[in-house]
Amino acid sequence: MTSVAGAPGTADSAGSPEPVGERRFSETLHFARRNPKLLIGLGIVLTFLLLGIIGPLFIGHDPNEYVGPQTQPPSGEYWFGTTTFGQDIWAQFVYGLRSTFLIGVFGGGVAFVIGTAVGFVAGYKGGIIDEILNMITNVVLVLPAMVVLIVAIAYLEARGLFVQGLFIGLTSWPWAARAVRSQALSLATRDYVDLARLSGRRTWKIITTEIAPNMSSYLVMSFILLFGGAILIAAGLDFIGLGPAGGVSLGLMLQSASQWSALQLSMWWWFIPPGLGITAIVGSLYILNVGLDEVFNPKLREL
Amino acid sequence: MWRYIGRKLFVYLLTFIVAVTINWMIPRFMPGDPVQSMLSRAQVSDPEALEAMTSYYENLFGLNAPLYEQYLNFWAGLLRGDLGISVMRYPEPVTDIILGAVPYTLALLLPAILLSWVVGNRFGAFAARSKILDNTVLPVGYILTATPYMWLALLLAWSLGIVAGIFPASGGYSFSLRPEFSWLFISDLISHWFLPFLSMFLVALGGWAIGMRNMIIYELEADYANYLQALGAPRKLIRRYAFRNAMLPQITGLAVQLGTIIAGSLLTEIVFNYPGLGSLILDSLNNRDFFLLQGVFLFVVVGVLIANFIIDIVYVLIDPRTRVQMTGGSS
Amino acid sequence: MTLRVNDLKVYYQTLRGDVRALDGVTFDLADGEIMGLAGESGCGKTTLGKSMIRLDSRMRHVGGTIELNGKDVPIADDDAMVPLRYREISLIPQYAMSALNPTRKIGRMVNELLRARGVRPADIADELNRRLELVGLDTDVLNRFPIELSGGMKQRVVMVISTLLDPSLLIADEVTSALDVSTQRAVAESMVEFRDRGYVKSMIFVTHDISLVYQMADTIMVMYAGHIVEKAPAATIINEPKHPYTQMLIGALPEVGSTMVQGRLEGIPGTPPGLLNPPTGCRFKDRCPMAFSKCSEQPPLVEIEPGHWAACWKTG
Repeated sequence: MTSVAGAPGTADSAGSPEPVGERRFSETLHFARRNPKLLIGLGIVLTFLLLGIIGPLFIGHDPNEYVGPQTQPPSGEYWFGTTTFGQDIWAQFVYGLRSTFLIGVFGGGVAFVIGTAVGFVAGYKGGIIDEILNMITNVVLVLPAMVVLIVAIAYLEARGLFVQGLFIGLTSWPWAARAVRSQALSLATRDYVDLARLSGRRTWKIITTEIAPNMSSYLVMSFILLFGGAILIAAGLDFIGLGPAGGVSLGLMLQSASQWSALQLSMWWWFIPPGLGITAIVGSLYILNVGLDEVFNPKLREL
Repeated sequence: MWRYIGRKLFVYLLTFIVAVTINWMIPRFMPGDPVQSMLSRAQVSDPEALEAMTSYYENLFGLNAPLYEQYLNFWAGLLRGDLGISVMRYPEPVTDIILGAVPYTLALLLPAILLSWVVGNRFGAFAARSKILDNTVLPVGYILTATPYMWLALLLAWSLGIVAGIFPASGGYSFSLRPEFSWLFISDLISHWFLPFLSMFLVALGGWAIGMRNMIIYELEADYANYLQALGAPRKLIRRYAFRNAMLPQITGLAVQLGTIIAGSLLTEIVFNYPGLGSLILDSLNNRDFFLLQGVFLFVVVGVLIANFIIDIVYVLIDPRTRVQMTGGSS
Repeated sequence: MTLRVNDLKVYYQTLRGDVRALDGVTFDLADGEIMGLAGESGCGKTTLGKSMIRLDSRMRHVGGTIELNGKDVPIADDDAMVPLRYREISLIPQYAMSALNPTRKIGRMVNELLRARGVRPADIADELNRRLELVGLDTDVLNRFPIELSGGMKQRVVMVISTLLDPSLLIADEVTSALDVSTQRAVAESMVEFRDRGYVKSMIFVTHDISLVYQMADTIMVMYAGHIVEKAPAATIINEPKHPYTQMLIGALPEVGSTMVQGRLEGIPGTPPGLLNPPTGCRFKDRCPMAFSKCSEQPPLVEIEPGHWAACWKTG
């Protein structure tokens, strides 16, 4: 409110030909280009993404194949060295990046869809529907997601990336639902939403055309957080041995490093790259999110 | 007032029922025969013993009875404190095995959570003081929360444990010692405890620092802070108010983060081979000891519920707003 | 003369350049004067109020001076302003409903504030209680949390706190806009009472509600687009406004006693100019039915009769 009071002409100064929406977009872009947090975070994430997409194309063998000499430290031929079995760690790393992004998009995506759907409906509909959805959200929120996942996945015979992602999505949506609910709640009482409601439009239509666009930046940020969260949960599950059978992931790399005594053998090249990869990706996502927040939220820009 | 607590209790009760139901459903509705899959892994060479175990577990699962009866039997057993018998350590009851591991997990969890919360809040509030501090504390905080628990554990175990050799990197206490109440044993226990604790403390620290930093910036922008500034109050007073008010959502955050931190402690224990619930989970998975696994699950859920309830009570005692609403204030 | 503001310019810094929220404002405020400051939202009246006590981080003092009791008020220097704040110049903010720390009992917060300003709470406790009773509050409110008070009660508590050190100048920013009509009247009356008892010497009452201010203020100053258009005794502004903008503003009121609609005026076609690149000359000329060629020059604020100032070529 400090920015509005007494500062006329900031948003709607007459005499400027561009329409308001376009101007707001260009203003956002202006801040985005000057926000180091956003740029650095995005840069790191994109670098790893590119590595995950392109890297595997240059590797002619299965990443789990025993291709080289055993227990080699990094060298010109094997950039990240080899495991005690002679697997190429660089190959595992780039394939692992790929599955890390996949699980992030898929697990985070499922959680995002459930979370926003529950949040919007609860916040918009209110009343008894809100009560019930809120109750469900609270129950799932209190349940420790990881432990539920361990028990559920332990019984699965065939474990793949998508099953893992689905389960992660099913357990990690509640906070997003809560956040979206409170946002939707405040938007649902605005005049233009009332107008839409009075004119007899359907609920989902109002949500998708009136409410969601007005909190799009908020939704983007929620998705990024869910994305990062899904990566961390998946890495944890992989580490316990509940990862995709026969697959490659950064978490599975950590698991086999720990299982085959990489620590005791001081094979640092085995367990440092995968952990560093996860930390860098998730950390950059978080920092990117702070940058986005500063860009979208003018109040934070001055800080 | 009681309405608020009653509501919370209802949610927790519901959560408990859901958790028990999940626990009951999973082995029955997942593909495959749980008893066969379990016993095929158990190293039992004596065919007679195997047969005894098979009939024991089939009876325990009660797969022949109608579903509702199975469900009720499950609850009846649970309420008697009977979680079944471990396959891995047959014939030891699951409850006993878990109770042996719980102290280790709690010894890691409680200090790690509480200390990281206190220190993290201090750091976060400190970061909001200047742009330079903010630009250093913030990225470090985000990198720490982004670190997978097991990776930091691996790094610490390797660097401080194996390379530097300052702390033991594995186990709860040395193999050469027997648990007893002596200075030697206790100091050994502490040196084994330190690295897993440090590892969890550091990862959790980052999250609290960031949370506090964001909250306090919000509070420093609040109307009451502006008003005090307009009346010439010193920054010190305004910061003190903002810090206190920013603590309140951090208490709620404690409840929200609990699940993540517990998961982190399980992973950390596995790295350090620390004899708590995490290692128990890994062992039960490797041995397909589903009774043990489900027992651990229920214990963790109950622990989380109790902790949540304690946090609720603390919050009510600290925040005058909830307290006032509960005693029916004049507004 | 208590307050003398001379050619004050305060701009907001934005991405697109400076927004000239206050662009050369000159006026005097006498001892004991209650001045209503009126205008459409965005005319600079809140900026003027804020400028006299604390600039926020985006506001920049570009030029002009403020003098209070013969001494310069260093508004651009935040630290140098601290001794003046509260003791000499005080504020009842727009957001009085949320101005109190929600987690402190009111009495404790007041004590902590006073101690921080070098006043012993015990020395002033009697006065505090007396003033709370004067505005119709039980002294027990000091033992309560803000959430336990109604909006009107909070408003009155803030009023008492803000004036506790008997400031020379009190800025009351839209203090009545969040209240219902009967509470509005009560708050306005207690503010006059505070002046009469000497708790505050003079007062600037920022509002968009001309009819309310008419009943309590001695003078009314009307602002438009960062400029002062007219200042005169309250009755003169209401009954014989000289500036075309003031005339239309008063004319837009259905009748005295009702509330003016905030924002765009129904009665005046067009919108105020943006203050990013304001037009030269009189800023009202595009909406003014009486505009003529001379209006492309900026009209000075001149005293057309004793105590009545206006900035218009037609009145000068």
